[in-house]
Amino acid sequence: MYAQTIPLINEKSSHGRRGVLPPSASEQERSEALMRVPAKLRRKAAPAMPEVSELEAVRHFTRLSQKNFSIDGQFYPLGSCTMKYNPRINEKVAAMAGFQRLHPMQEEADIQGSLRIYHDLQEILKEVLGLEAVTLTPAAGAQGEFVGMTIIKAYHDAQGNHDRDEVLIPDSAHGTNPASAALAGFKVREVKSTKEGRVDLESLRAAVSERTAGIMLTNPNTCGVFENDIREIAKIVHEAGGLLYYDGANLNAIVGRTRPGDMGFDVVHMNLHKTFSTPHGGGGPGAGPVGVAKRLLDFLPDPHVKKNADESYSFYRPSKSIGRVMGFHGNAGVLVRALAYALAQGGTGFWDVATYATLNANYVLNNLPPVFQRPFGDLCKHEALVSIERISREKGIKAFDVAKRLLDLNFHAPTIYFPLVVHECFLIEPTETESRETLDSFISAMNQIADEIANDPEKLQDAPLSLPTGRLDEAGAARELNVCCRWDYSGADS
Amino acid sequence: MSHETYLFTESHEWVEPDGDVRSMGITDHAQHLLGDIVYAELPEVGREVAKGDEIIVVESPKAAADVYAPFSGEIVEVNSALEGEPGTINQNPYGEGWIVKIKPSKAAEESEGLMTWDKYQDHIGG
Repeated sequence: MYAQTIPLINEKSSHGRRGVLPPSASEQERSEALMRVPAKLRRKAAPAMPEVSELEAVRHFTRLSQKNFSIDGQFYPLGSCTMKYNPRINEKVAAMAGFQRLHPMQEEADIQGSLRIYHDLQEILKEVLGLEAVTLTPAAGAQGEFVGMTIIKAYHDAQGNHDRDEVLIPDSAHGTNPASAALAGFKVREVKSTKEGRVDLESLRAAVSERTAGIMLTNPNTCGVFENDIREIAKIVHEAGGLLYYDGANLNAIVGRTRPGDMGFDVVHMNLHKTFSTPHGGGGPGAGPVGVAKRLLDFLPDPHVKKNADESYSFYRPSKSIGRVMGFHGNAGVLVRALAYALAQGGTGFWDVATYATLNANYVLNNLPPVFQRPFGDLCKHEALVSIERISREKGIKAFDVAKRLLDLNFHAPTIYFPLVVHECFLIEPTETESRETLDSFISAMNQIADEIANDPEKLQDAPLSLPTGRLDEAGAARELNVCCRWDYSGADS
Repeated sequence: MSHETYLFTESHEWVEPDGDVRSMGITDHAQHLLGDIVYAELPEVGREVAKGDEIIVVESPKAAADVYAPFSGEIVEVNSALEGEPGTINQNPYGEGWIVKIKPSKAAEESEGLMTWDKYQDHIGG
């Protein structure tokens, strides 16, 4: 029933068809080769491989690759993920032979250029964060969080404060925050949000105690609003003896304009694949550098890169280091890309990044049809949080339905159902790299969907209608984990 | 027992109003918000809990949600049928979808913050 159903390559198989024909082996060669395989491992019959021509194979996989939604193909406003354009110059630089052919076991003397890359990026990130030092080792945002929280634990332990075992986390936080705190050995204590989507100071004052190790905050937070009381929050937590952890997921909103260090934060992780334009995911390597205030310098992971008096660079292990968090030195290729981006932007470029990221989000927030309500007013930072809770109660339409319909209209869906404090919500982060025309076409798609909610709600509940598959059974996929041996392939030779 | 006689928390748990040992679970409103529940992480029997402790995690494709103890006391039984059929919480949240049984240690004083059915309806309507 779906127009674009794509057959599996097995279904295209035709007996005896080949892509390439290798020279045939003699009987003797064949049996000699076979004898090298232990008898119990030898197949009784040929495997059920698809038999297609080379051209069919190429077309099949090219077509599949084009079904993927990606930043190179579509507007991808995934809230909290900062899916900005990844400039091609980054790739060009990272592909230079001098970087690509390095081996992590090479001697320091042979990799001075790469060590300088580390050093220079550390210096730039220090300036961006307003902190004393930055480690580049963590391989992802979540690992950065774990490193940051482990440093906080090591700091309190070194002070003899072994009873500081609680970390405060707002109810709007990214799910990784409580997970990272727990993994580092802390108990998590939730802090309520106000109806404006900010940390409730009374709830915070009630929560701090001599057991407080710190607080984990995102600023602007996941509601897309700035924590105006950040200095007061810092004062309350510091006076209680705790440290402030900044989740850098939303750094794109403030980069180049204000700094977590100036707000009072002691530890910060940042995602280079967000703010610094390195590629997201695909299972590929990431980078989650961590910056720290002066009193935490000695706890940084091993190895750290320093510049010596004679202008050479070397690795060293900080005196009270929490130890190694990676086998080697972090994901070097990602760091090269981030440095290329940072140098291309320069200080004024970052100012523009935060400015246009915020402007674009506000443009979307203020131009969506009224069915998308704004729980926290008309002003946001780099991402727009809207909700269809009211219409959902009236008509049964869910954020999920709207998200699926957007796929039909060739837009990647925004983040939905996050943050948890707003029901039936969408978190829309356009980033600074989108043009006004692209934002207008997204707004126009949202207008079309608003009309469909009013006039043709069933269409939404069936969406997507134009993709290779319709609604997937997400609950079934999570409940029935055995996906083995379901394939009944009758065309096999077996 | 009708669920309209149960007591309710602001965080959408229900608990039986009296008895030495009381069943508890999540409300119909809560299961509706979460959507199809795919997993329930149950506590160990015998665990001592304080009111407000996170004792259960329920997961749907949308989110993982903590379920909090409505009373201090001891977990005396868990609904192990939920391990194979977590969707029971969606189908019958007040009956077969009960999650644990708790033996409250200070039920009288801790009942104060809990809501009646009518009050809970106001709470979720607002």
